[in-house]
Amino acid sequence: MEARVSRSSPEVASNSFGNWLQLALPKLVLAPTVVITLIFVYGFILWTTYLSFTRSKGYPIHEWVGWLQYDRVWHHPRWEVAMHNLAVFGVLYVVLCMAIGLLLAILLDQRIRMEGTLRAIYLYPLALSFIVTGTAWKWMLNPGLGIQKLVQGWGFENFEFDWIVSEEMAIYTVVIAGVWQASGFVMAMFLAGLRGIDQEMLKAASIDCASLPKIYWNIIIPQLRPIFLSSMVILVHLAIKSYELVVALTGGGPGYATELPSTFMYVHTFTRNQLAMGAASAVMMLLTVAAIMVPYLYSEMRAGRRASQQ
Amino acid sequence: MTGAKTTSMAQYWDTPPAARRIRWAPFVIYGLLGFFALVYLLPLAVMLLTSVKPLTEIYSGSIISWPQQWTIDPWVRAWGSTCVGLSCNGIKGYFWNSTKMTVFAVIISTAIGMLNGYVLTKWRFKGANVLFGLILFGCFIPFQIVLIPMATLLGKMGMASSTPGLVFVHVVYGLCFTTLYFRNYYMAFPDELIKAAMIDGARFFSIFLRILVPNSLPIVVVTVIWQFTNIWNDFLFGASFSTGESAPMTVALNNVVNTSTGEREYNVHMAAAMIAALPTLLVYIVGGRYFVRGLMAGSVKG
Repeated sequence: MEARVSRSSPEVASNSFGNWLQLALPKLVLAPTVVITLIFVYGFILWTTYLSFTRSKGYPIHEWVGWLQYDRVWHHPRWEVAMHNLAVFGVLYVVLCMAIGLLLAILLDQRIRMEGTLRAIYLYPLALSFIVTGTAWKWMLNPGLGIQKLVQGWGFENFEFDWIVSEEMAIYTVVIAGVWQASGFVMAMFLAGLRGIDQEMLKAASIDCASLPKIYWNIIIPQLRPIFLSSMVILVHLAIKSYELVVALTGGGPGYATELPSTFMYVHTFTRNQLAMGAASAVMMLLTVAAIMVPYLYSEMRAGRRASQQ
Repeated sequence: MTGAKTTSMAQYWDTPPAARRIRWAPFVIYGLLGFFALVYLLPLAVMLLTSVKPLTEIYSGSIISWPQQWTIDPWVRAWGSTCVGLSCNGIKGYFWNSTKMTVFAVIISTAIGMLNGYVLTKWRFKGANVLFGLILFGCFIPFQIVLIPMATLLGKMGMASSTPGLVFVHVVYGLCFTTLYFRNYYMAFPDELIKAAMIDGARFFSIFLRILVPNSLPIVVVTVIWQFTNIWNDFLFGASFSTGESAPMTVALNNVVNTSTGEREYNVHMAAAMIAALPTLLVYIVGGRYFVRGLMAGSVKG
């Protein structure tokens, strides 16, 4: 490795090994992480991409077949269901999380008692694995034992809530559980944003006798735009990666009615011996996430650098 | 998310609400907040109540009915004798698997991230930002893209289905988060102190150990809590790279719940879930503040 005098390192005149080491040390310390990232992130991405163009089944077969596996994935009925579910789940998940998160943040910002306790309650679902909390959800959604039975027991004999066993409605139970889990995160983001708004401007507005809903709609919410963007990017990428939600709640069922790309990938790779198809579906997941995250991270890093230069 | 915004977000989160002249009707506010709080708590309450009820009461009563007869038997059975797959020795072995895996992976990934953050902020060299960008992207990839190569590699290294193998995986894919946290934290650390120490003749490691490390407690807590929660809760890596006895807690729990032989012992399932939840729940109750900071600094969960 070539030693280069870095901007903040001390001036060094001699060329002894000790000095070389001191100069190279920062790079040497960072090197393992860089190497690990190059191999286990970028190398593995290339490896998986390569596999997606081969005939691999239960083990890698090094025979190039072009776009065949992508073609097979795209025409697979389970993938069609997975993409449809991802669209339904993704849209509802993002919109509902943002709406509930914003509502809770605004309510919590009204100088209320027990704010700390309430914040903790809205956020705890994120601290627990959904494999854990999914156990409770699965049970609550079970028509014979859960909420349906509870409400019927209150005297509403015709009450029905059996979405989890219905092929058409099961995906909406995944939405409910997903929103329950992630809306607290959006609440935290918005609440932090609300606390950062310039108070003088709000005072001026309230002296002008603008009503509270108007102040929120015209002044406060527009100022939260960067947080809308951040939360949305994070939520969309979480939606694409969602896996445990489905595994714990429905196991992909009934049938394959709640299949998502992540479960499709796992099933084809590990239980159906379709390594190359699994790889192709993983590549498509990565491309979708990258299309959202790369521009976002790039702009965030540029903004960060501008802020640190000022 | 990166840079200056991070500190300010976390800072605002901890400031009290401003005095507003106009206030909403308290009824509506408290009513809505209380309603949501109940809904959010429901799954946890159901889990806890069910785990201390006898099975007969579960089938006769409703999900939220108060236990008529309290019992800790489900907890005892979940811990020591419930069936996970084919073996019926409870979840205790898996609990220890997860404990070992989490402790080692958290310590190693945090220590490396700390050094990385130090280099990326105080010893910047040409291209450091590009390298950071490359590392950062690793936080957001869907891990499905690395499952097949990693399974192959762990197999070849003889680390498939072992706790060291999982520690390795969690360290590798945790580094981007720990590096991100420490980098953002050290950005705000005054360069003057470092320069002064250099003039006194301090070198790379002595500056790190004597100046940076003693001032890193808050971010160490944030990072440790974040890594602990993520690694303990992980399911995808555990399910992909472990089998049978070597599985972590989450994978074992999923097996317990989905065991289809015999009568479903919901109270034992819920007790097992509670046991799996306890470590992260405790960490959350004790260090919730820091958990939220980690969440906002990483702006990501998963």
